Amino acid sequence: MSRWTVKETLASLQRRESKPSEWTKRALDRIREADQRIGAFLSVDEERALTAARQMDEVFEDGGAQAQGALFGVPYALKDNLCTRGLRTTAASRILENYIPPYSATVADKLAAAGGVLVGKTNLDEFAMGSSTENSAFQLTRNPYRLEAVPGGSSGGSAAAVAAGMVPFSLGSDTGGSIRQPAAFCGVVGLKPTYGRVSRYGLIAFASSLDQIGPFTQTVEDAALVMNIISGHDPLDSTSAPVEVEDFTADLAKGLAGLRIGIVRDIPQEGLDSQVREAVEKAVEAMRGAGAEVVEVELPHSQYAVATYYLIAPAEASSNLARYDGVRYGRRADADTLLELYERSRSEGFGLEVKRRIMIGTFALSSGYYDAYYRRAQQMRTLIRDDFNRAFERCDVIVMPTTPTPAFDIGAKTADPLQMYLNDIYTIPANLAGLPGISVPCGMSAEGLPIGLQMLAKAFDERTLLRAAHAYEQIRGDVIPAPVLEG
Amino acid sequence: MKITHETVQHVAKLARLAVSEEEARQLAPQLDEIIGYAEQLQAVDLEGVEPTSHPLPLVNVLRKDEPRPSLPREEVLAGAPDHDGEQVRVPAVLEGYGE
Repeated sequence: MSRWTVKETLASLQRRESKPSEWTKRALDRIREADQRIGAFLSVDEERALTAARQMDEVFEDGGAQAQGALFGVPYALKDNLCTRGLRTTAASRILENYIPPYSATVADKLAAAGGVLVGKTNLDEFAMGSSTENSAFQLTRNPYRLEAVPGGSSGGSAAAVAAGMVPFSLGSDTGGSIRQPAAFCGVVGLKPTYGRVSRYGLIAFASSLDQIGPFTQTVEDAALVMNIISGHDPLDSTSAPVEVEDFTADLAKGLAGLRIGIVRDIPQEGLDSQVREAVEKAVEAMRGAGAEVVEVELPHSQYAVATYYLIAPAEASSNLARYDGVRYGRRADADTLLELYERSRSEGFGLEVKRRIMIGTFALSSGYYDAYYRRAQQMRTLIRDDFNRAFERCDVIVMPTTPTPAFDIGAKTADPLQMYLNDIYTIPANLAGLPGISVPCGMSAEGLPIGLQMLAKAFDERTLLRAAHAYEQIRGDVIPAPVLEG
Repeated sequence: MKITHETVQHVAKLARLAVSEEEARQLAPQLDEIIGYAEQLQAVDLEGVEPTSHPLPLVNVLRKDEPRPSLPREEVLAGAPDHDGEQVRVPAVLEGYGE
């Protein structure tokens, strides 16, 4: 099966070779056929999606397609930590198992206004805490390239849904790599925008100074098309940046000539798979061959990024997740006193990884330890950001692996939380510094698993990031085979 | 800093989590390993470095103090586990205070 792209869907509609409901049916058929094996979706709302698409058919037949929005008729999926009014939103947690939000996330409203058709909500690690989607309270999601392997996480369902051709695009959220890492594992494009570029209103918060919403797509150009819709300042999110939305497709065709690509001389090598290293080196050489200037940069404090992140993110999580107390919404346990109600609702409602992180965060913020742990982590965050500022004086885009290894097998890292965390070593620095990052497939391992190339750019310079990624994608060519689902 | 069984129980209490003995036994060595890993930050000289709490240089974001429509009460209460139609209901907060 050829790759299902947003661009071709829109072009087909524009040529009037198809109508909107056909694309929504294609998504629903594919989900019905493949998702029993993949497990990407937590919920699929066929009726709602088909009703919306059929209404679009009518507008379409009246000849008004173009005026209806830039994604008119394109089906998509949302990670299930993005609130959808009237549609169950769980964050893959028992504590929100039956939660029906009374409002929608800004990104969901924007996509609906642009004519996108929401077909369902995708699986994730509970509250987006994890790197394999194994921490979902409800189900496993499998990697479309190898069903015994994880899809990555925490946005594993959104990555797998695009990789398996169920939807042409989906949204995820990225706190320490949760878009880029599953994109790498599943052989698709995943973009984490600059912090503040996309409104977080309606995103179930994990770590508010790190979380950012972004797209999964088959191509870089598709990522730019989706970014054009979801970006922009939102009065409902005071941390969204008052920065004008550019046309992210504008620079795509400019190529690599004149761009300075930075490679990190002192990148942590421990645990880096040789096949991943070689694939990234090959990509750098290809970009050099296409006219990019390759320069060496240093990020000396990146070696501390994982330690820094696993104090800051849990600290923010322990505060954000205090709201799940069994009082106003979500699961409530039987209890005689208010204290018992809090403790039992939370203990029964949260899974073990969520409890681990709440406890690390509570510890790091607790009296007597705040200065030694949380404050030191915030100071290190400054040094990590300063490293990037210096590096970007010498280059336009930094290139490195997205992950140290291709997708690992289900169960391989669940017994050792720290090993699971170290998987995020290359993705975490961008979150700490608030920078935009993208993962683009750059090769296949001998075992047939995709390998991801990560690119990072200056804050709010998604245009250059997308330009470099698109140019690389063109030189790379069609070397990433679509997954063939066994069975 | 060694994370012991007692630390786990103390932190759990602060976080309003009821952790069973079995969970605490499982969590103590895991949290100890994670906090132990994070202790590499202790070895770095951070004297005089300003802490970063946020990636954007945020200033107060203000709006005019004008009333705006909010979510209807019935829609908000629809998600509450227990309510009386006007307010969320919880067990008595103060001991001895009427039923």
